[in-house]
Amino acid sequence: MDDLYREYILEHYRNPQNYGTLEHPTFEAEGQNPMCGDELHVQVEIDDDNVIAAVRFTGQGCAISQASMSILSDEIIGKSLDDVAKLSREDIVELLGIELTPVRLKCALLGLVVVKMGMHDHAGTAAPAGWEGVDEISWGRT
Amino acid sequence: MTDAPTRAGAPVASPLDPERVSADFPILASGPNTGRRLAYLDSAATAMKPRQVIDSLRTTYESAYANVHRGVYAHAAAATEHFEAAREAVRDLVNARSPREVIFTRGTTEAINLVAYSWGRSNLGPGDIVVTTELEHHSNLVPWQQTCLATGADLRFIPVDDDGVLDVSALDALAEGGRLRMVAVVHVSNSLGTHVSLDVIVPWARSHDALVLVDGAQSVPHRTVDVQALGIDFLAFSGHKLMGPTGAGALWGREELLAEMPPWQFGGEMIRRVGYDVTTFNDLPWKFEAGTPAIAEVTAMGAAIRYLQELGIDAVHQHEIEMTHYAHERLLDVPGLRVLGPALGVERGGVLSFLIEGTHPHDIATMLDTHDVNVRAGHHCTQPLMKRLGVNATARASVYAYTTREDIDRLIDGLAEVRTVFGLT
Repeated sequence: MDDLYREYILEHYRNPQNYGTLEHPTFEAEGQNPMCGDELHVQVEIDDDNVIAAVRFTGQGCAISQASMSILSDEIIGKSLDDVAKLSREDIVELLGIELTPVRLKCALLGLVVVKMGMHDHAGTAAPAGWEGVDEISWGRT
Repeated sequence: MTDAPTRAGAPVASPLDPERVSADFPILASGPNTGRRLAYLDSAATAMKPRQVIDSLRTTYESAYANVHRGVYAHAAAATEHFEAAREAVRDLVNARSPREVIFTRGTTEAINLVAYSWGRSNLGPGDIVVTTELEHHSNLVPWQQTCLATGADLRFIPVDDDGVLDVSALDALAEGGRLRMVAVVHVSNSLGTHVSLDVIVPWARSHDALVLVDGAQSVPHRTVDVQALGIDFLAFSGHKLMGPTGAGALWGREELLAEMPPWQFGGEMIRRVGYDVTTFNDLPWKFEAGTPAIAEVTAMGAAIRYLQELGIDAVHQHEIEMTHYAHERLLDVPGLRVLGPALGVERGGVLSFLIEGTHPHDIATMLDTHDVNVRAGHHCTQPLMKRLGVNATARASVYAYTTREDIDRLIDGLAEVRTVFGLT
């Protein structure tokens, strides 16, 4: 338990960063993990250089899914969409700094999946195939 | 026998000794995370297996294995004899009139699908009504939903109140405007523990000349279910929830109904005579058992039934009432915790779904796991019910013959830690 529910994870869960909504998002997407019933709705605003200027999200679910989105939102603000496109599931595990079972990995990855799907929807490109561990996550434009 | 509530209020001590029972279950001896006894509180999902069942599987493969039926050599005869002995064990368990009424399936889901497909598609049409409940597991909902979509029949639901108890005052309205043909109901809810009183449902269905199918997945392993006394037409249940292996379950059906129903899967075993153009089908029950069955698993399900009967099904039930009542009382003492389903003292199966304000069920289950306390978290394959109750998921503890007071105490201790870690104290 000490490994998974570290204080900073719980702190992000209790007081998530970038929680709320944007007035003028460039794109937005939502997704849910049917296993846990985790839900996330993410809005992203990008500037003229395709750099993420703001992220806001709302959602509900387990501590891992919500904390992971909170940490991810801090991470991607100021990054270019190209850089965000390169983020892998290993990067999320590293950001969280905790060991995750395959079932709980889906919770942790929900945020990144929603962000990526929003990006691809916005760009009109196909979603990346073969994402291990995210096959049960449903997503869609809002 | 009736299906009326067996008792209310605080139960008396049961004659079953769960410590002694646990000694038959190798997996309970030590948990993977702590080495302490495994406090397994997820028997509603699947039951652990006693040595007697594990030994049966090994014995089949080591000393009596061959394909069943038709084989002329000694192993084939022995395998067939043991396989058919399991059919007699099921017949005895549910008090069927004949082993011809017992059809082996992969489990509850396949048993219900058999009826929905074979009976449903050859009997239902526009103007017909199928009634089920808002409590159902997806396995007794989706087969009827799809059969009704295919046949034009109308699927209706007996509503539940906020405690997850059926509102039987709605029954009469459900049969209006069409012809009630089938009432397919869960006996004990896997999500909430709600016990559905068949004493009310069956006479109502009979008054409309409708058939009654009972999903016994959560009742047959835990209480006496006598199909003749209940006056029902079909009963579906799984072997793995009554301490048998996975991949084996049964459908019991009244012989005169099964005899009229067409096969739903075709191939070996289910035939009498095959030509290139036409086939004559086998007699009951093999008419519904196409292909090589789960020989070792079905045989071991028979061993599980005998094991349960040696413990005494009524003693198991009594023990579960006691454990469930104890767990329910202790859960209600946890601050911020809400138990879903019937109130304390109202008859229920050994299932307790709960929520703790400020935590997600998956976090509860994950943290309890570090102490080798196993509970399930999620929608429990009852998404419409979860929506009806306004929740996404619950944590669920369920009991069986091997559940001890200490298992429940460890659950409660773990929940106290959950509250501390999440800053709820």
